Amino acid sequence: MAEPLIRMENIRKSYGRVQALVDANFHVNEKEIVGLLGDNGAGKSTLIKVLSGAVPLTSGDIFIRGKKVTLRSTSDAIAHGIETIYQDSALVTQLSIARNLFLGREPIRAPRFLNRMDQDAMNAVARDLLRQVGITKNIPPTTPIGSLSGGERQAVAIARAMHFDSDLIILDEPTNNLGVAETQGVLSFVRSARDSGHSCIFIAHNIHHVFQVVDRIVVMRRGKVVADDIDPKKTTVAEVERVITGMSDKEIRDAISDGPQRHS
Amino acid sequence: MENHSFVQRLIARPEFGPLVLLVVELVVFWGINPDFLSPQNISNILAFTVELGLIALAMTLLMTSGEFDLSVGSLFGFSPVLMWTLFNSGVTSLEMGLLIALIVAALVGLVNGWFVTQLKIPSFLVTLGMLLVVRGTALFITDGFPQRTWSAEGSWLANILVGDFYVGPFRIYASLFWFIGAAIVLGYVLTQSRTGNWIQAAGGNPNAARARGVNVNRVKVGLFILSAVMASLAGVISSLRTSAANPNSGTGYELEVIAMVVIGGTALTGGRGTIIGTVLGILILRVMRNGIVLIGVPGLAYNIFIGAIILGMMALHSWLERRHQAGT
Repeated sequence: MAEPLIRMENIRKSYGRVQALVDANFHVNEKEIVGLLGDNGAGKSTLIKVLSGAVPLTSGDIFIRGKKVTLRSTSDAIAHGIETIYQDSALVTQLSIARNLFLGREPIRAPRFLNRMDQDAMNAVARDLLRQVGITKNIPPTTPIGSLSGGERQAVAIARAMHFDSDLIILDEPTNNLGVAETQGVLSFVRSARDSGHSCIFIAHNIHHVFQVVDRIVVMRRGKVVADDIDPKKTTVAEVERVITGMSDKEIRDAISDGPQRHS
Repeated sequence: MENHSFVQRLIARPEFGPLVLLVVELVVFWGINPDFLSPQNISNILAFTVELGLIALAMTLLMTSGEFDLSVGSLFGFSPVLMWTLFNSGVTSLEMGLLIALIVAALVGLVNGWFVTQLKIPSFLVTLGMLLVVRGTALFITDGFPQRTWSAEGSWLANILVGDFYVGPFRIYASLFWFIGAAIVLGYVLTQSRTGNWIQAAGGNPNAARARGVNVNRVKVGLFILSAVMASLAGVISSLRTSAANPNSGTGYELEVIAMVVIGGTALTGGRGTIIGTVLGILILRVMRNGIVLIGVPGLAYNIFIGAIILGMMALHSWLERRHQAGT
């Protein structure tokens, strides 16, 4: 089997005496949408924070396309092509769409010593990206993020990750607080990101949203990955819910390999 | 959204409210006392306005980045005291004294920034502490007495900073050009430059900015240094113009400057700032101070008007902000 895009091996993370991650193993293949599920406190946020460089790991290894990497900060992770989108926190509401898209990487107009942003180029790229990600409404790129809807903000964040060629886009609860139509919009942004060659990790409380979009489901419980090859097409929401809430490892293996099973 | 008319877009700008207020002030004061617009009075207003204005311009950038600086008034008093003390005691030339005063101010800004960004202490507390340290130092080295300043006359430094000349009946100080230059440069930095984008992001959503690789701490420390140096320069300019270096001068300026900035439309919470608005805010408060005296309102009532203006403008800005957020 080909080397996965991301491979995390024996990841441990402890906060004082609390073990948030206990030898967690996790991988994401190329052009794949992985749904990461787990109850509150299962360790999925910590796993994502480790992968996005937000918190250092206690022990374990992270490989990108087989090459071992150290992620010391979020900008480190971004430099390695890992982009994390937290709802509402990834964008600056006071700045325009275009200025957010290029934040930290603003193109500079000649002469460079004037440090002047090339706002025309920024706006042109922003217009293209919004269309590409599937926003059909005519929104000028100079619109401040503050006046966009929740779904449109997600779209801007996803568009940014796509433009800067992130290999992996991590979406943390992207459908929280969104209406039905908006949620469908975000799910289609995620699909278009995969179709243009990006991998995604999709975290959501609403399992139905996860089922609609992911290629593979990974479940965490008590700091461990307890199932990492659930095919959403071959299982049911109820079955996955049971894995999340906890059964013995054997039962899980049975559930995955043999399909739905009753247990008393 | 793009088909809004020119008038609608003008009204939606945060600078529109302050502009209207300034025009109303000018018309009312002029209507009651035509001397208000006499060349002599305009020259008077401008002379001191630009000195406070230099501080307000730097404060605009700092506040846009989500911080503010209460130590500017004390630096305004301290820096000329330091410069004159060095000069009067024969340690340095006047020019070297100014350079040392600016360097010391930069260090004060650096310390402010370090406390805020590294120790994560709110800028309110850090700069309040620094206010006392700097003011206390100024009082200590002077024993509380003003410094001798008579020997500045004719020095090239005094000429380039506050040399005066007449344009028709208007008496103009060189400091006006420093102010205009600073307004243009800082306005450019805030709206056109990449640094300006970082300043706004640092104030609007520091975590998002950090995640994009923006060095938020460096931006803020830089702005604390800028704020301190501008306050120091303003103090020296004022001292050269009035031939006075009083360790108590500048008391209370920090609040007047912050008022000027927020009246102009810069958000106290950061993320949004406007140099044009600040220039209007500076003029609004200085014209008010001058105008109410000219029309015969007792000078002691000044603060009532200032307070009312601040409250009124805050109400207007918050209303505009909500309209803006609602996307109308």
